[in-house]
Amino acid sequence: MKKTGSEIFLESLKRQGVKHIFGYPGGVVLNIFDMLYDDKNIELILTRHEQGAVHAADGYARSTGKPGVALVTSGPGATNTVTGIATASMDSIPMVVFTGQVPTMLIGNDAFQEADIVGITRPCTKYNYLVKDVSDLAETIAEAFHIATTGRPGPVLIDLPKDVSVGKVEPVYPSSVKIRSFNPTVEGNPWMIKRAAHEIEKSKKPVIIAGGGVIHSEASKELKQLAELTEIPVTTTLMGLGAFPGTHKLFLGMPGMHGTYYANKAIQASDLLISVGMRFDDRVTGKIAAFAPNAKIIHVDIDPTSIRKNVRVDIPIVGDAKRILADMVAAVKKETKKQWGEIRKSWLKEINKWKKQHPLEYEYSDEVIKPQFVIEKLYELTKGNAIISTEVGQNQMWAAQFFKYNKPRTWLSSGGLGTMGYGFPAAIGAQLAHPNKIVIDIAGDGSIQMNIQELATAVINKLPVKVAILNNRYLGMVRQWQELFFKERYSHTGLDVVPDFVKVAEAYSAVGLRAEKPSEVEPVIKEALKTKAPVFMDFVCDWKEKVYPMVPAGAAIDEMLLLEKEEKKEKKRKLKAVK
Amino acid sequence: MRHTISCLVENKFGVLSRVAGLFSGRGYNIESLSVGETLDPAISTMTIVTSGDDQIIEQITKQLNKLIDVIKVVDLVEVEHVEREMVLVKVNPKKENKAEVLRLTEIFRGRVIDSSQKTYTVEITGDERKIEAFIELMKPMGIKEFMRTGKVAIARESIKPK
Ligand SMILES: Cc1ncc(C[n+]2csc(CCOP(=O)(O)OP(=O)(O)O)c2C)c(N)n1
Ligand SMILES: [Mg+2]
Repeated sequence: MKKTGSEIFLESLKRQGVKHIFGYPGGVVLNIFDMLYDDKNIELILTRHEQGAVHAADGYARSTGKPGVALVTSGPGATNTVTGIATASMDSIPMVVFTGQVPTMLIGNDAFQEADIVGITRPCTKYNYLVKDVSDLAETIAEAFHIATTGRPGPVLIDLPKDVSVGKVEPVYPSSVKIRSFNPTVEGNPWMIKRAAHEIEKSKKPVIIAGGGVIHSEASKELKQLAELTEIPVTTTLMGLGAFPGTHKLFLGMPGMHGTYYANKAIQASDLLISVGMRFDDRVTGKIAAFAPNAKIIHVDIDPTSIRKNVRVDIPIVGDAKRILADMVAAVKKETKKQWGEIRKSWLKEINKWKKQHPLEYEYSDEVIKPQFVIEKLYELTKGNAIISTEVGQNQMWAAQFFKYNKPRTWLSSGGLGTMGYGFPAAIGAQLAHPNKIVIDIAGDGSIQMNIQELATAVINKLPVKVAILNNRYLGMVRQWQELFFKERYSHTGLDVVPDFVKVAEAYSAVGLRAEKPSEVEPVIKEALKTKAPVFMDFVCDWKEKVYPMVPAGAAIDEMLLLEKEEKKEKKRKLKAVK
Repeated sequence: MRHTISCLVENKFGVLSRVAGLFSGRGYNIESLSVGETLDPAISTMTIVTSGDDQIIEQITKQLNKLIDVIKVVDLVEVEHVEREMVLVKVNPKKENKAEVLRLTEIFRGRVIDSSQKTYTVEITGDERKIEAFIELMKPMGIKEFMRTGKVAIARESIKPK
């Protein structure tokens, strides 16, 4: 029987196991929306901005591993998705975005609400399609899901002209997808794996750097096996948080610009870096020429272009992290039956010395709320059992440093693009996928205002997302740079009018709570966690607080600025006065 | 160093802009690009001339391979191959140079494919050096304009009996 494009669209999504779409309607997608009106299997979550829809689909994907789906109209609806798509692209998030398009016969005519979204998103999608004929629709959708989820994941966009969603055809749903030009390598080269095992055996100061790829490939178990078997300390990039237990004794925290002292020291001193599913972003490496100067580098990645893009690599292994880590464990076991504990003793001792010298720290105050204290309290009161999303800025870095992520898919943060406004809609998407989990967006007062309208989405869909606003009345991270490198010239970083977030929450029929003193932090969090509704927690924080350690731009990662405690500063001031 | 990269791609709408976008988006330069159908009309071949150090060329070939519509990528530096390019040169020589233009055309095994009262249009095929040499020699004769096709290249077959 013939079906309309809209019917084929819905049936195709069902076949992909889709239960939720995030979206926003408009003229050219009316037919599809009409089908969704009484569909029993697929629910559309109406966001309040298309960017919110895409970030929500992204949060849904990151927290479940399943592709997120968004549906928007043509023109402005489509262009509003671009930031969300670019965010997903930079972090390799599987997603399929459907945009409406003007009828095929009008394409190219500058028709009302026409935008060349396929052209606009070409560089920020893994692939994209303009469907010109309804008879191609079923196959295109199946291909899109295949591409989005296979190999290195990523967003795929499908542009659907109005006449395609209205047109009729006898659909043929492909049972499987094969694309002759798209066959990512999964299995690692056995010879390289053997060499890697050999290097692991030889090395005295090895470090594992794990990235988001370990999470995408569900390889946490294998990573832990390798680390524990060979007693190798593990650092995870921002994208890799949760891939290795944050409370594990071999865990070093995050490396790079705001990484821990000991992770950066360990990398610089190491003789072997085992990098898995990470891409040596400049925020991780600092000055490339001075990065890990003594280390041989093993680089495992599903994407060959990640290898040797930024750093020299001694042992490249292209393939799926899960398979390769398992193979490496087997290879190491076969090569040797060493007493690893004994062998690693002095290396781990050296690292522990660094851990003691400069742990992650801040100066607690009784008078003013320190943002790091809020995060420690969130960790303590949730016992770490929460999905945390973040905005971008200081809030994101403190959330990365002071909360401990023991499980994959509990940390949702825009790493590659660094998108302010990501965290709140992402939390909404994650909450929808995990109705019984605590989901908290750790936010800045600047970032939360970028998608604050999504509070309506949370309220109406009864998604009890919690937002912890670290309110410093500044675009804090930028202010920090101005303080350190621009002579405290705070050009346009003061948010002179910050809305009353409690009233904002109330205006949306959500709950607003405020803490102004350190003693109020715990009661506010407890109250929020009890509340079965979306809550904005407004933590009025010390505006002067900075994120440390910090590697200045262009410096090597062991050239860190560290927290100077007040007593030390006081001593220095006195010394200066004496002189 | 200069490399000639040959790619087989799906003959689909948008492929050219994906390839061109890859180069412009990542700051690689394209010196020339030519596209044509293959025996299988669903597949096109692209010959791209680009330059860069080994790391850049490695990235370019990997990035090309990563494009969903690219089926196969060969860096011809690694393969014995022959390559050709064509140029059409329109010259308007002074009267006393007309014979010289025709003589040079003959030496280069070219052909005059159009002529008017004042101009000759000459077709030359060859490798890059030959094309460039011809253009150099024509310059003093008065080149009005020229059009180059960009390079096409193909791997050599072994002549050893099997
Ligand atoms: C969409 C977007 N615009 C601008 C920036 C640049 N930027 C990075 S951090 C930051 C400040 C964020 O302020 P806030 O949300 O209050 O966080 P804080 O650093 O104060 O914790 C800005 C403007 C960005 N990352 N994203
Ligand atoms: Mg702020």
